[in-house]
Amino acid sequence: MTSASGPVASGKPRVGLFVTCLADLFRPSVAFATVKLLEDVGCTVEAPAVQTCCGQPAFNSGDRADARALAEAVIAAFEGYEFVVGPSGSCIGMLRHYPELFEPGSPWHGRAERLAARSHEIVSFLVDVLGVHGVNAHYAGTVTYHDSCSGLRELGVKAQPRALLATVAGLSLTEMTDSEVCCGFGGTFCIKYPEISNRMVSDKIANIAASGADTLLAGDLGCLLNIGGKLKREGSPVRVWHVAEVLAGMTDGAPIGDAR
Amino acid sequence: MHITSPSFKANARAALADAPLQRALGNLRAGFPGKRAAAVARLPEFEALRDAARDLKNHILEHLDFYLETFEANVKQHGGQVHWARDAEEARQIILGLCQQAGAKTVTKGKSMITEEIGLNDYLAQHGIEPIETDLGEYILQLRGEHPSHIIAPAIHVNLDQVSDAFHAHHGRYGKTERQTEPRQLMNEAREILRDKFLAADVGITGANFCIAETGTTVIVTNEGNGDLTQTLPRVHIAVTSIEKVVPTLEDATLLHRLLSRSATGQEIEVYGTWSSGPRRPGDPDGPSEYHVVLLDNGRSNMLGSEFQDMLRCIRCSACMNHCPVYGAIGGHAYGWVYPGPMGSVLTPQFIGIENAANLPNASTFCGRCESVCPVRIPLPKLMRHWRAREYEKHLTPQGFRFGLGVWAWCVRRPALYRRLTRIGACVLKVLGGKTGRIRSLPLAGGWTAWRDLPAPQGRTFFEQWAERRPGGGR
Repeated sequence: MTSASGPVASGKPRVGLFVTCLADLFRPSVAFATVKLLEDVGCTVEAPAVQTCCGQPAFNSGDRADARALAEAVIAAFEGYEFVVGPSGSCIGMLRHYPELFEPGSPWHGRAERLAARSHEIVSFLVDVLGVHGVNAHYAGTVTYHDSCSGLRELGVKAQPRALLATVAGLSLTEMTDSEVCCGFGGTFCIKYPEISNRMVSDKIANIAASGADTLLAGDLGCLLNIGGKLKREGSPVRVWHVAEVLAGMTDGAPIGDAR
Repeated sequence: MHITSPSFKANARAALADAPLQRALGNLRAGFPGKRAAAVARLPEFEALRDAARDLKNHILEHLDFYLETFEANVKQHGGQVHWARDAEEARQIILGLCQQAGAKTVTKGKSMITEEIGLNDYLAQHGIEPIETDLGEYILQLRGEHPSHIIAPAIHVNLDQVSDAFHAHHGRYGKTERQTEPRQLMNEAREILRDKFLAADVGITGANFCIAETGTTVIVTNEGNGDLTQTLPRVHIAVTSIEKVVPTLEDATLLHRLLSRSATGQEIEVYGTWSSGPRRPGDPDGPSEYHVVLLDNGRSNMLGSEFQDMLRCIRCSACMNHCPVYGAIGGHAYGWVYPGPMGSVLTPQFIGIENAANLPNASTFCGRCESVCPVRIPLPKLMRHWRAREYEKHLTPQGFRFGLGVWAWCVRRPALYRRLTRIGACVLKVLGGKTGRIRSLPLAGGWTAWRDLPAPQGRTFFEQWAERRPGGGR
């Protein structure tokens, strides 16, 4: 991996990995790919074992008490790490919402603000914080990239994954129509309003098909399980990976929704 | 207006199965966002204007009483009258009284969502006064017996052939017996019929996009010119608007004006902007002899100082619904009351109660596209989340969902237990995935597997593997 020299890149940042509950349960390879990307640029990575979930399902369902309790657990687990990095714009976006859960001026509010300030989605962390310009990876395929909503609009993740993907050998990127439009996952939304969610993900896979790409990438497993699940139900041959897996060169196993 | 918000889910299912509606929504999704983006790209200071508009609106809301009283004083100074309406019933009575005083048989109407909010048309008709919508979209809906499905393009859900049907069914009595199918011909037919209505009306009722305090002026923006004919030809003009539309100065109105058209239709400026400052003065060539402004509260003052105050910045441009993938999938009628889309999902629970409208703030993926285009930077997802919190606190959340959420929360707050459960879960789901790596049907997850497969887990959880690879590598 190539990186700019700078105050951070020259040190050895100590990073707490926010694994995310979906990567832990469904796709550990996404978390291991994140570890590899971080260690390749000289980070020391630890994964605090007391972490479970960021609390977003409770927060977005109006259950502020449980959201607050989970936020406190995450804040406590990651205190002492220079950075908190995870393979999800949605979960990291939630960490950045934590200050809203506490009374301004209270000790927990201050701790929440300090956590929010040092929490980053993996690809934007590499590019924006560490100044990474490229990766040493190979992927044979034409990929299209879905801009997951939270990463895009809450964290400004747009150019960073495209910049790094451009350095993956053998990979070419083709943009789909409406790459910035929601896929219909929305956490509990897809369970509460399945018909509307289905309409949205149907539009998404039509745009993927029209792009001509043989691979779909995104930065959030929620979107990827939704889009991948729909592609496979419809019999699509499109391969589905988390962007971190491709950037880390860890695509020997089975893509999302496939068995190899 | 009959409220159908409680049956939102059924409304949405019906909308998804409605082929003509889906065709119309496809046009909307393909049209509005691109036009707005092009207009924004042509105005380098657009983002700075959004900041200025947000700050202006916040300032107004902090001093709303002062600006409203200033506005009232200046309307009176120019010979107009201001009527304060606490709620919809008061507003209807005031307007009916003014129409009766004028001896009105017919009233023409410019496009106004506030008159939808107060259910004015039915009320006037019940009291023997015929309301005639003059905005083409609203006119089509009146013939079809429908309400708007969009706040600026009210008949966006109607296709051309349906307009042709409606005109053919209703215009025979004006001697128009030949069916028209071309947009231009249909428009000319409506124009010809409405021309007589404009001339015969006793009262003209419009809304107001802005109320300017320093001059006592109301402003409407339209693309058809029907608003001008509505407010200048009849003897009496009534502008029906709500308290948050007041702005301090002419300059402030132009700031919002620059954002409004670009955000709404992608136009730099709309075709007609009509500014009314009082009744006809001696020597004026035209204008009404009476000018009334009805200022509606209807619960808005309750939002001041609450977590929903930001919503009062709304200038009704419709950018949020134009960019909303949920609105784009189901259209406006599914929301079940006057205001659809993200802005409606925040406003409707305020007006009809969260117990009747809880589905609206829930039917969002929080994708944030609405907030990203809002000209006054209203944090719409955050406000919808506030409604979900109110719903949860009042125990209105569906019981099964609340129970499931409670069980989940209990587990995730116990990391050691959670680790064991996820190890079992990953293992079981992996087995269910079999050789294909995906699950086609799963108990309790029918909402998911009805339409998509569930990609199966890889087998062992991350933490199971991490503990082996990095003993002591966590804490």
